[in-house]
Amino acid sequence: MSFWEYANPLKFLKLSGTLIPYFSILATITIIAGLSWGFFFTPDDYKQGATVKILYVHVPSAFVAINAWFMMLVASIIWLVRRHHVSALAAKAAAPIGIAMTIIGLVTGALWGQPMWGTWWEWDPKLTSFLILFLFYLGYIVLWAAVEDPDTAADLTSVLCIVGSVFAVLSRYATVFWNQGLHQDASLSIDKEEHVADVFYYPLIVVMAGFVLLFIALVLLNTRSEIMKRRAGAIMARSRV
Amino acid sequence: MAISIESLSVSRGGVNLLQGVDIELENGQAGILRGPNGVGKTTLLRALAGLQPVESGTIKCSLEDICYSGHADGVKPTLTVQENLEFWANIFGSPSIREVAEKFMIIELLNTKVGNLSAGQKRRVGLARLGLTGRQVWLLDEPTVSLDETSVKIFGNIIKDHLSEDGCALIATHIDLGLENSAQIIDLLEFQSNSGDLSSSNEAFL
Amino acid sequence: MIALIFRDLRIAVRAGGGFGLSLAFFFIIVIFFPFAIGPDLHLLSKVAPGTLWVGALLACLLSLERIFALDFEDGTLDLMVTSPLPLEGVVISKAIVHWLTTGLPLVFLTPFLGVLLGLQNSNVIFLIISLIFGTPALSIIGTFGAALTAGMKRGGLLLSILVLPLYIPTLIFGAEAARRGIQGFETQTSILLLSGVTLLSWAILPFAAASVLRINLR
Repeated sequence: MSFWEYANPLKFLKLSGTLIPYFSILATITIIAGLSWGFFFTPDDYKQGATVKILYVHVPSAFVAINAWFMMLVASIIWLVRRHHVSALAAKAAAPIGIAMTIIGLVTGALWGQPMWGTWWEWDPKLTSFLILFLFYLGYIVLWAAVEDPDTAADLTSVLCIVGSVFAVLSRYATVFWNQGLHQDASLSIDKEEHVADVFYYPLIVVMAGFVLLFIALVLLNTRSEIMKRRAGAIMARSRV
Repeated sequence: MAISIESLSVSRGGVNLLQGVDIELENGQAGILRGPNGVGKTTLLRALAGLQPVESGTIKCSLEDICYSGHADGVKPTLTVQENLEFWANIFGSPSIREVAEKFMIIELLNTKVGNLSAGQKRRVGLARLGLTGRQVWLLDEPTVSLDETSVKIFGNIIKDHLSEDGCALIATHIDLGLENSAQIIDLLEFQSNSGDLSSSNEAFL
Repeated sequence: MIALIFRDLRIAVRAGGGFGLSLAFFFIIVIFFPFAIGPDLHLLSKVAPGTLWVGALLACLLSLERIFALDFEDGTLDLMVTSPLPLEGVVISKAIVHWLTTGLPLVFLTPFLGVLLGLQNSNVIFLIISLIFGTPALSIIGTFGAALTAGMKRGGLLLSILVLPLYIPTLIFGAEAARRGIQGFETQTSILLLSGVTLLSWAILPFAAASVLRINLR
């Protein structure tokens, strides 16, 4: 049996219906376990105190925010090449989740930044890149909403997603270049999570796994509702004629 | 064979309109598409011109032989008739616009801005483009809209000339162009889909 | 393609063609900055590169909607798709015309606006160079955005939301080049990066724009 059989909307509805409960339960357990581990059973950082623990929300949401875009890119290419409706709708379904994760990442970043750097916002390359990612999500979602015909919308947004990916990567490098140009003395580094101690690291991995599971569950759920919407539209079109 | 269509199926707005359309036109032959509004004449012609995808079926005709003319004239109001025609002549690599302008009775309008023309005159400018393309298969969607009786007759003769030069034309029209005796009349009602047939893209969700 | 470029240039300079509108807009936007920031020439000269770049970008944005809207409405686009001209060629011609009627005139206007913002004569050159290398990217990216929204009613606002994020790399590298030049740093890297963005845009976007135009026409 080929993997592509699940590209059939009806088969996908059936499969996702069975899978969603498992993913939801797993995600809940993992996130609760990881967060409690991180919040209550790790020591405070010697420099940052308890504020370091915002890391357990900040990093996983940022991780999912970026990878949601990659998932949309892959799904868009699959739609353009193989014309599987489920693929296009999965890309559409992932966008709101991606933008929500981007917002969570930005807000937790600001909350973390205030006690650490004394400012809510810093035009640091990483923060700026997330702001730009937010704009790209926004454009993608707005375009879906603006086009009436679902196939046309899927085609247009897919091309936008591919082109957007190229320009998002360019923007990422541009911000690095730009910030170096402005502040030579960038003493504030947000790269702390890349050298966090093991004691913070393991619970973080658990929460990240939880966020990924949550993302999968939400995308499946959202794709289902998109498929049902299309289905309702098709049934209505048939009864109209 | 100038154009040959086999069991073609086309959709518009998620609903299947026509199914199993078979049309064959020889060189020098015209086909006239008939059928009530909404039956799918425009959709069929646009699909043949490569402007929209077909659901299934085959079209045997090179896109490079096809010249499509739709509801809109595609002429620019701020340019003169001559400038408009010269543009298309350049695109299609045809030498002279005077001959064509004479044929379509717009020679005295060449230096007028299209914005100052009447709807019928504008239509004639739009149709004159057909003569500039040098292409064999004309796909015409309601070409006689806003033309007066004389112009319709003249245009009918132009089509006849085109046919006598081994051309071919598929025309959606309700008006008598004087071609009816020799032309193949195609009633699209015969190919109408059952009501409730959806496009394949909608069908996938049922 | 040449025929199309000449036709569009002719339409642009005739009455109602909109040529000069974006230029006037650029002018107004830039002289509004002193009103908002205050008349301090020293401060103004500091923000001048950013002001001129953002102004140029907005002026470009304003004229994008026209690129395909008129040809879409009067059926010309349908006819061009069925003509021997490749649609990619149509896109490139449209972008060239947009640059000739918007981007290039903006460059010529820049020295005068630079004076108003307190830029030294010797520094204006950096802005001119950065705009010359950057505005072609704005035109082709904008043409892609215009192709995406061709045929949509009230596509203007949508067009801005789609195009502006794509303008970010050009804006960053362009304004950076001008700023570095004015501060007396080397500008070669940013100019090269800016040209890289421009060339990349011209290499990939005609294909993307042509494909979305075909989708929008059906």
